[in-house]
Amino acid sequence: MSMRLCLLAVLGGAILLSVLNLAVPPASALHVPTYAISLAGKYLSYALLAVAVDLVWGFGGILSLGHAAFFALGGYAMGMYLMRQIGTRGVYGNAILPDFMVFLNYKELPLTWYGFDNAGYAILMVLLVPGVLALIFGWLAFRSRVSGVYLSIITQALTYALLLAFFRNDMGFGGNNGLTDFKDMFGIPLQADATRCGLLIATAVFLSGALLLARYVVTSRFGKVLIAVRDTESRTRFLGYRPERYKLFVWVLSAVMAGIGGALYVPQVGIINPGEFSPANSIESVIWVAVGGRGTLVGAVLGAVLVNFGKTVFTGALPELWLFALGALFILVTLLLPGGIMGLIGRPARRPKNVTPAAEPAE
Amino acid sequence: MTTPHHHHDTLLYLDGVSVSFDGFRALNALSLVLERGEMRAVIGPNGAGKTTMMDVITGKTRPDTGRVVFGKDTDLTRLDEPAIADLGIGRKFQKPTVFEPHTVWDNLLLALAGDRRPRFTLWARQSSEESDRIEAILKTIRLGDHRGRRAGDLSHGQKQWLEIGMLLAQEPHLLLVDEPVAGMTDAETEQTAELLREINGTRSVVVVEHDMAFVRALGVKVTVLHEGSVLSEGSIDHVSNDPRVIEVYLGR
Ligand SMILES: Nc1ncnc2c1ncn2[C@@H]1O[C@H](COP(=O)(O)OP(=O)(O)OP(=O)(O)O)[C@@H](O)[C@H]1O
Ligand SMILES: [Mg+2]
Repeated sequence: MSMRLCLLAVLGGAILLSVLNLAVPPASALHVPTYAISLAGKYLSYALLAVAVDLVWGFGGILSLGHAAFFALGGYAMGMYLMRQIGTRGVYGNAILPDFMVFLNYKELPLTWYGFDNAGYAILMVLLVPGVLALIFGWLAFRSRVSGVYLSIITQALTYALLLAFFRNDMGFGGNNGLTDFKDMFGIPLQADATRCGLLIATAVFLSGALLLARYVVTSRFGKVLIAVRDTESRTRFLGYRPERYKLFVWVLSAVMAGIGGALYVPQVGIINPGEFSPANSIESVIWVAVGGRGTLVGAVLGAVLVNFGKTVFTGALPELWLFALGALFILVTLLLPGGIMGLIGRPARRPKNVTPAAEPAE
Repeated sequence: MTTPHHHHDTLLYLDGVSVSFDGFRALNALSLVLERGEMRAVIGPNGAGKTTMMDVITGKTRPDTGRVVFGKDTDLTRLDEPAIADLGIGRKFQKPTVFEPHTVWDNLLLALAGDRRPRFTLWARQSSEESDRIEAILKTIRLGDHRGRRAGDLSHGQKQWLEIGMLLAQEPHLLLVDEPVAGMTDAETEQTAELLREINGTRSVVVVEHDMAFVRALGVKVTVLHEGSVLSEGSIDHVSNDPRVIEVYLGR
């Protein structure tokens, strides 16, 4: 599947679903219920996370097992904005303090919450918090040449540490329960069908933008260096490149993308809690990419949507078995389909020998 | 140990370099002087320390003692690999190492001398000078017909040449070439000797090689390494008649 087809499917699909939700009467067989709109929006938010993972893993060889942390941080930044949007409509009717703070006897708004009543500031934080954390983490890790399994382990540690921190009530982020009961976004009621459709389309637009940006990056000369770093890092050094700079750039870009994914996810699912930091979430996102096809970008979207659709269906029928099914799927793909679904689709299209400029990795 | 003659024409000076791996001395107070414009062949039995010497010069391995002076007074032991590459020292590895998923053309493009920073490569467009340079190198290394092929699909000998081409693209002052003709046919070996002599017209070269016919064909000064230090030095006839060299090679 080409990039163009993927963009068409994502954007066209989002618009089509929205039309079928808004313009077709509920009685009709063609009507798409609103919960399905939000479900689709959730899948596309995950797809954004998957593209972010593919960017660092597929092209930079950095196997992050903590990328859901960036996703969740973006989600929390958005969640904080949505909490402040509730205003006096909370259970306690406090104009400044969210319900959980009143409940926990907060006297005033913690410093970390300042400014989150402002949409512009919140959006800035959606980008900045994951970005800056990734910058610091990446700078330390890549500079000291931590890579491979060790890097994967510390990314797990990072997301686990955040999980523990966000569970604590005294951190001021709603503890165990997280942030929920959102009412408005940008002053528009969140539960309205049109808002739901708008969010789905916005997610499709951001996903498309991320795909195009990622493709630009990986097909540029920068991307060629990055792929060289992925396969033969030490060789690039002897050519005068500094791999740590390449990794850092793509790492931060990827974290910001993941953060945007999280920010779009939260209003559509209506809640963000510390569970989003759980190491299993990050591992799942890697599985989506592996299933779709590592290093193909389009495959990341495909994998995220298909696996999550499967998850929705599966957990409806046999919830206890989902993790086993996911594990089996991962093992199957690793053993039988190393190129993922994209590898399967791409095979017949292989050009004949001798005529061969190598297939572009991102096509 | 020789005293350094800081002639302006000394390009590389290894001064008493020692390297140990877990107590094993791979280099043992190795000293060596390379003149600017010189080509030097380095031979020696397996494990003599030839590759380790290149590792030290290119910043991959830091010596326990000793200095490596490049040009007038740059101590390479204080620099890392990219900084040393930046000074104009290029390296071809014993096991050919090219960027396998990239085309022959792109391998050369990435090796071309130029700005290495992400902020440049992110926006870089291939200039016509760059294309011309790559075309010229393709001609030199005889891979013109393979420009669009994946480097990973090349034969062993072609990879060796591509790597030499990448070295040329870097436009280094000094080329370190580790076993360039391993796995090559006799004809290819001859062509490689010719190519290295041609390169030596404008650049200094250190070649490590086991193939004696090849070393003889180069017709340059030879340094024999053994157990991490210089055993003998001189013309190929001189060193191959040196009883110590004969003993090292026959005694195995
Ligand atoms: N990183 C390392 N760790 C431990 N020992 C090493 C390392 N690198 C080299 N050695 C040892 O140092 C010695 C010198 O190795 P080196 O590779 O320099 O030899 P060489 O002259 O290039 O041999 P060859 O002709 O086989 O390529 C060998 O005994 C090798 O096993
Ligand atoms: Mg060697």
